[in-house]
Amino acid sequence: MCKSQQQVQLLFILCLAAGIEIDGQVESDTQSEEDEGKEKISKKQPRRETVRAGRLERKKPQRDKEDESKEEENCPRQNRASRRKKHQKKNGDGKNAEVKERDKKASTKDQKNSENKEKKTNKKQKEGENKQKKDRKNSTSSESSNSFDEESLSEEELAMLMEQVEQRKKLISTMRNKPWRMVKKLSVLREAQAFVEKFEGALGKGKGKKLYAYKMMMAKKWVKFKRDFDNFKTQCIPWEMKIKEVESHFGSSVASYFIFLRWMYGVNLVLFGLIFGLVIIPEILMGMPYGSMPRKTVPRAEQATAMDFSVLWDFEGYIKYSALFYGYYNNQRTIGWLKYRLPMAYFMVGISVFGYSLMVVIRSMARNANQSTADGDDDNFIFSWKMFTSWDYLIGNPETADNKFASITTGFKESIVDEQESNKDENIHLRRFLRVLANVLIICCLCGSGYLIYFVVKRSQTFSKMQNVGWYERNEVEIVMSLLGMFCPPLFETIAALENYHPRIGLKWQLGRIFALFLGNLYTFLLALMDDVNEKLAEEDVVKNITRWMLLGHHNSSMGNSSADTPPPLDPADVPRGPCWETTVGIEFVRLTVSDILVTYVTILVGDFIRACFVRFVNYCWCWDLEAGFPSYAEFDISGNVLGLVFNQGMIWMGSFYAPGLVGINVLRLLTSMYFQCWAVMSSNVPHERVFKASKSNNFYMGLLLLILFLSLLPVAYTIMSLPPSFDCGPFSGKKRMYEVIQETIELDFPLFIAKIFSYMANPGLIIPAILLMVLAIYYLNAVSEAYQRANAELKKKMQMQREEDKNKRNNKINNNSMMQDLEDLLAPSTKSEIYPKQAEGKKIESPDQAVPFGKQGKAEVLNGSPMTTGRRAVLIPPPHLLVTQPPTPGIWAPYSYPDKPWPGGHSLGLVPGRGRGHPCNSHAA
Amino acid sequence: MELHGRYHEMAPNVVPMDYTKDPDVKLPMQLIINMPELKENPFKERIVESFSEDGEGSLSFNDFVDMFSVLSEMAPRELKAIYAFKIYDFNTDNFICKADLEKTLNKLTREELTAEEITLVCEKVIEEADMDGDGKLGFADFENMISKAPDFLSFSFMFHI
Repeated sequence: MCKSQQQVQLLFILCLAAGIEIDGQVESDTQSEEDEGKEKISKKQPRRETVRAGRLERKKPQRDKEDESKEEENCPRQNRASRRKKHQKKNGDGKNAEVKERDKKASTKDQKNSENKEKKTNKKQKEGENKQKKDRKNSTSSESSNSFDEESLSEEELAMLMEQVEQRKKLISTMRNKPWRMVKKLSVLREAQAFVEKFEGALGKGKGKKLYAYKMMMAKKWVKFKRDFDNFKTQCIPWEMKIKEVESHFGSSVASYFIFLRWMYGVNLVLFGLIFGLVIIPEILMGMPYGSMPRKTVPRAEQATAMDFSVLWDFEGYIKYSALFYGYYNNQRTIGWLKYRLPMAYFMVGISVFGYSLMVVIRSMARNANQSTADGDDDNFIFSWKMFTSWDYLIGNPETADNKFASITTGFKESIVDEQESNKDENIHLRRFLRVLANVLIICCLCGSGYLIYFVVKRSQTFSKMQNVGWYERNEVEIVMSLLGMFCPPLFETIAALENYHPRIGLKWQLGRIFALFLGNLYTFLLALMDDVNEKLAEEDVVKNITRWMLLGHHNSSMGNSSADTPPPLDPADVPRGPCWETTVGIEFVRLTVSDILVTYVTILVGDFIRACFVRFVNYCWCWDLEAGFPSYAEFDISGNVLGLVFNQGMIWMGSFYAPGLVGINVLRLLTSMYFQCWAVMSSNVPHERVFKASKSNNFYMGLLLLILFLSLLPVAYTIMSLPPSFDCGPFSGKKRMYEVIQETIELDFPLFIAKIFSYMANPGLIIPAILLMVLAIYYLNAVSEAYQRANAELKKKMQMQREEDKNKRNNKINNNSMMQDLEDLLAPSTKSEIYPKQAEGKKIESPDQAVPFGKQGKAEVLNGSPMTTGRRAVLIPPPHLLVTQPPTPGIWAPYSYPDKPWPGGHSLGLVPGRGRGHPCNSHAA
Repeated sequence: MELHGRYHEMAPNVVPMDYTKDPDVKLPMQLIINMPELKENPFKERIVESFSEDGEGSLSFNDFVDMFSVLSEMAPRELKAIYAFKIYDFNTDNFICKADLEKTLNKLTREELTAEEITLVCEKVIEEADMDGDGKLGFADFENMISKAPDFLSFSFMFHI
């Protein structure tokens, strides 16, 4: 039992031992600590010079005896094959002892003995045996005379010994790199270990060894920990598995939408944290409570219905007068015991929402651009890699395996589409004409829809002045817009079919066109809102006068009644107030967002899920095949969803200044839609007919987002800089413009000289040069990046060319090589094995020739597969250990020379036989 | 030790716990490919075959250990490449030819591609990786190609032990 454990342990060690020194360090690691002193291989000893070696020699004889016995003990544990090999070797040794001087012969014998070893190891083995032989001599002599005969070993021999020991150790440590059978590995390992043990047993047993082993163990643990940590990190990425699942079934393009959605969610989460942490929570905690002042109270007239659901659903009533909207905030400069400057914070947060978003979008665009240039160039082996490396050997779970199969299939399909696209060549003129036509058609469509919107908006303005208009007239703009939004994208898609783009490029065009359509939509909405705001502003002036008058009157009356200390007992709910346009705008945005969410979800539910259910279940009793025919299942609409997301985000950016709670709603929306859409896609959609690969960087989405961000920044900046805030609501009430809050803070809270610096900085004389400088910098950087790009393209081209060249060169070389090899076969059969060591090694073809003493050659020939060599067995019959001492007669190889190839006559003829002889000589001399 | 445990576990009645007497025991392929590591692998038969000494798919304990040592994460790239080549070489003629590629592809995709797609892909693979222009991939071609693959070492062709 114990022995079996040893055996198993040895095997295990073999497995583990290689934190392999590919870099040639002669150190094997865990063995040292795991083998518990059984195998006393010493590692890692610096070549301590002959002084040390001499000491070693003195110890040697005893050690030898021990080793001898130990080896015998080991023997039964070894496998039969290895034992046999040993045996053979001992025979060889015996012979060697007889014919000491004829090393050459011995080596050929070795080659015979060890059938499928590489030449290198052969050599080593031979040397090892020689050494063992000497060694045995030593030991026998020491046994007989009990005296040390280290004098008989000269210095040179010692040095050689050291070298051989080093070699052996190298062999041990690189053992695992060799593609051998385990049996062979074991036997070789044992031999090498025994050898090393003999000569190095005394060395390297100091403290260093343990420390080293410990170090190695720690290194290994660290690697493992790092891998585990990486796994953990991927597990921590939210929805990674979900997205991967979708990707495996629907391709990377659909997955790119979900990745985009996830990224969006991250950004919104940060915005949410910013707004909630710095604005809403301080206001709730430290601001004046609800009902304490007019702006925080529901007016008397609305109080009766303020809690009704229908009112709340319209974000009126209590919701309107809550911290979710701009109007709730007070213009008190500092609140609470922290002296928190809420108006200032509100303003800064509003700005930083935009600042942060801009920064994040641009940064991720830059990173994507980096990535796409970084790994875009190595596309030489797309299909090969897909074929040979796509399976993940770690998969052990049936579900994952299913996913993997699906994803590999989609991956192949994607690549096939790409490939077909690049191979397509047809009438280029026709295609150009069609593309121009398509673009003209689409521009017509866009112009038409633009005009339609303009017309409808104009009409609605006239309608709004009239009284008692019907429901249709009131909602005409919205209806027209949603109709346009519903019918234009499919129209574009049909037109785009004319163009016959690659689906990836087609998607971009589609996105761009729908984007243009939606922009019209958005801006008409904004214009309508602006009109509204202007109206409200006019109304506000009126109310302002009324309130002032009322308050004045009230104050006067209270002055008469009671003391001046008491506050006016007018209930805050009764105070007349202005329309507070900011809150109105905020409500408008919130409503829009919510209705958008609802429409999206309902569309998914009806358009995808119900349809899928219908197709699936009614198919059993229908006159035509529903699944293949008309309704079929829905495809996932990438362009629509991406644009929906982008525009929604635009709304959030615009609205978040007027309704701080909007971001919270959006976070909820993104969260639910992640799960909902994932579910809907997996349950009720089918993959696109042509699954295509998304471009690696989704910079196009980001570009759209950036555009929307910029567009939504404009109106907000306009209102901040040039519209007066409402007089009785919001944090900026009482100021002429919103940005005055900054000036106020600078003047009141900062020392004078900072205020001065600011005023200098705001000077146009400074600002204009700064802008000029920036423009110049942009121009310069742009030029530089263009130059880099050009250089990049150039390099890529060069690489491609070099690859082609390599291919050609290699072609030629291999042709030459095969010719040379054939010749060499003829001349020196024993060298043959060296040419194909790997193949002879890797494949164990059970050729019938193996019984023949020349099994090795026979095999090599079979592998070579050329009819010439196999047909030439007769030539090889003379036993190889009688060296080919005379140049072959030309008669033997003359029939096999290549009459049709230009063969550099005399020169190579002289060279080749020389080579044939040279090889065996070399191998023996070494 | 651990491995021996695994090996023993698969066929407790055949494999002795005691290895002192060096028994000549082999496990048939059916048992090996039901290991959780191999169960889902589309190439499981090939893997086992190329590691077995007799080419029939029966593994002795030494072969078994061999398999794990090659597929462990510490084995060097060259070694993995050699065995990967053996695995993908279905008809063991030392070349990956079109038939091998087709088989590989069918196993990878569970035969969901059409015949034209398969031929297209196979042609592309040979066109890409075949450096010496003989219409099939020798080991040199294979190694050249695989050594440039980004994820060959990182996660494909590897086991957890």
